[in-house]
Amino acid sequence: MAHADMDTQRLDLPEPMPQPRFQAGFITPYAFIFPALLVMLGGLLYPVFMAMYLSLYDWQIGLDLEDAPFVGLTNFSRMLTDPQVWEVLWVTMRFGFWTITIEMTLGVALALLLEKPIRGASVFRTIFILPLMVSPVVVGLIWRYLFDARVGWINYYLGAWFGIEPQIWLGDAQLAFFAIVFTDIWQWTPFIFIIVIAGLQALPSEVVEASTIDGANWWQQVFLVKLPMIKSILVIALLMRLIDVFRGMEVMLIMTGGGPGRSTELLSLHIYNRAFETQQLGYASAISVLLIVIVFAISTLILTMANPMKSRSDV
Amino acid sequence: MAGVVLRNVSKSYGNVTVIPDLSLDIEEGEFVVFVGPSGCGKSTTLRMIAGLEKVSSGQIVISGRDVTWAKPKERDIAMVFQSYALYPHMNVAQNMSFALRLDRRPKAEIEERVRIAADMLELTPYLDRKPKDLSGGQRQRVAMGRSIVRDAYVFLFDEPLSNLDAKLRSTMRTELALLHKKLDRTMIYVTHDQIEAMTMADRIVIMKDGLIQQVGTPKDVYNAPVNTFVATFIGSPSMTLVPAELSEDNGQLHVQGAGFKLPVPDRLKDTANRATGRQVTLGLRPEHFAAEARSDAFAPIDLKVKVAEYIGSSQFLAADMGGQDITAAVEVGPEADRMSDGQYFFDTSRLYLFDSNSGEAL
Repeated sequence: MAHADMDTQRLDLPEPMPQPRFQAGFITPYAFIFPALLVMLGGLLYPVFMAMYLSLYDWQIGLDLEDAPFVGLTNFSRMLTDPQVWEVLWVTMRFGFWTITIEMTLGVALALLLEKPIRGASVFRTIFILPLMVSPVVVGLIWRYLFDARVGWINYYLGAWFGIEPQIWLGDAQLAFFAIVFTDIWQWTPFIFIIVIAGLQALPSEVVEASTIDGANWWQQVFLVKLPMIKSILVIALLMRLIDVFRGMEVMLIMTGGGPGRSTELLSLHIYNRAFETQQLGYASAISVLLIVIVFAISTLILTMANPMKSRSDV
Repeated sequence: MAGVVLRNVSKSYGNVTVIPDLSLDIEEGEFVVFVGPSGCGKSTTLRMIAGLEKVSSGQIVISGRDVTWAKPKERDIAMVFQSYALYPHMNVAQNMSFALRLDRRPKAEIEERVRIAADMLELTPYLDRKPKDLSGGQRQRVAMGRSIVRDAYVFLFDEPLSNLDAKLRSTMRTELALLHKKLDRTMIYVTHDQIEAMTMADRIVIMKDGLIQQVGTPKDVYNAPVNTFVATFIGSPSMTLVPAELSEDNGQLHVQGAGFKLPVPDRLKDTANRATGRQVTLGLRPEHFAAEARSDAFAPIDLKVKVAEYIGSSQFLAADMGGQDITAAVEVGPEADRMSDGQYFFDTSRLYLFDSNSGEAL
């Protein structure tokens, strides 16, 4: 000890510095997220709970909420046996299956093709993402006119180039379904494309080169190295599209109004129709709750199957 | 012809020439290290051997086969990258076996090879782990394991130790040298660290601006650098270069300048004689200074010591010699304090002379 005293403790210490009165502690992080939390609660949770609350009443438009009779779970039991609800659920699932499958495949394929810095790639990229910038209402209007049986370009060019008879696109159940699927693919493939290409370009080049040295051909590189490495990005893109399928309704509302019949009526459009066409706000709220449950279940399922927060690892 | 041959290889990107014309023969089983400052073209050369970059002209031969235009996988090479470049979604065993699995080798063979490589690199306990759960040194070993299981003809290393801390780097240097002995394969190694080059290489290739400056054993390039670039690049701390003049005095050839007059050693007499009266550059390696004369070859030099860095067994002196900044590394005993101004000695048998204009060794 004598030695240590000599070499390291030669100086007399001054008065200790006073400890600051305020120190970042337990409360600080919560104080910072509080405003955001408030917005979340107001903007997100309030409507959700409101929908749940309303779903317990038989509330018609024009009636004061106070006068609406409390019906308990009647709206829900009615919903479970309502063939219309099952019909639009089936339409929504078919719509989701076709659009998401094709958008993911096409978006990933385009991203892989345009990933390399070839001449003009940036022009292509800009053109591809244009549909994303168009508001859904405008998209609906554009494609309604394009698919129009009498004055639409689609019928015109199908006839002029391929000699195909004019079709009543939006008046036939199957063709109308095809039309809204096609429109959705047109608008949302760029979304997948843009996310995937960002992921691909962020991949460390040495890992891809290592796989070249290891003898992987283009396909093996894509399916065994590149796509697995951007798995978390793919999962997030898939999730966002799935949620959108259950949320989106503007395009169908404008193009077909859900018809003919209920052939293009997605779940959210059906809720809209129930609420504002048939004016059954309570019942529409009950179906909204169903929608929330479905979206929540799907999200949880996907996130547990492939946790994008966890699978991202540094190389 | 076995080994790796580069013949008149050049590489340009548009108008920018990175490698004008490079030829080199690497023998089978040799450990060759490319060393040079960043941007000297050493990595580009390695990537051309690997097939990751196409040559602009010239020929590359590996094991007697012209592979100039062959794909990387057709070249019988393995490569270790600076960033390790492990596949983050595969565990250690899958990382190491990837190439073999692509090659559709029998499962038993794959397992056996992975087992041997993992054993050699002490990775056996980690075979099920993902790269993100490994330390830097372990990742580095997996990257090596990945190339070992390939049993390739040539192993290429692109600054593989740069991301490791100093201690681990020196351990891995030893391991790499051992690995070379065990595998007895041709190894081509790129680094900017001359110590790595000196410690591991059979032969060192020193590059600058896309041109090979010198090729030789570590002993060659240290003792007989061909020019001032090689002389200052190899050796740590760097050689000091000072302007000087050659003069004859009583039949003895001297090299003299501000603050020094040193006899020219026998090995340089013939060439120095021809340069008498001309401006030359004198090269003094710090480690050839001493605190006292140990033989007749030691000549006194007065130094004003600005800073003495205590290293342990020796001290690095940043000193002034007749107005010139020089570095000296002086061995000291355990009791020595920080060295100060005074007379020091230089081993004149180890001095170097260069042509002042061309920088070439005399």
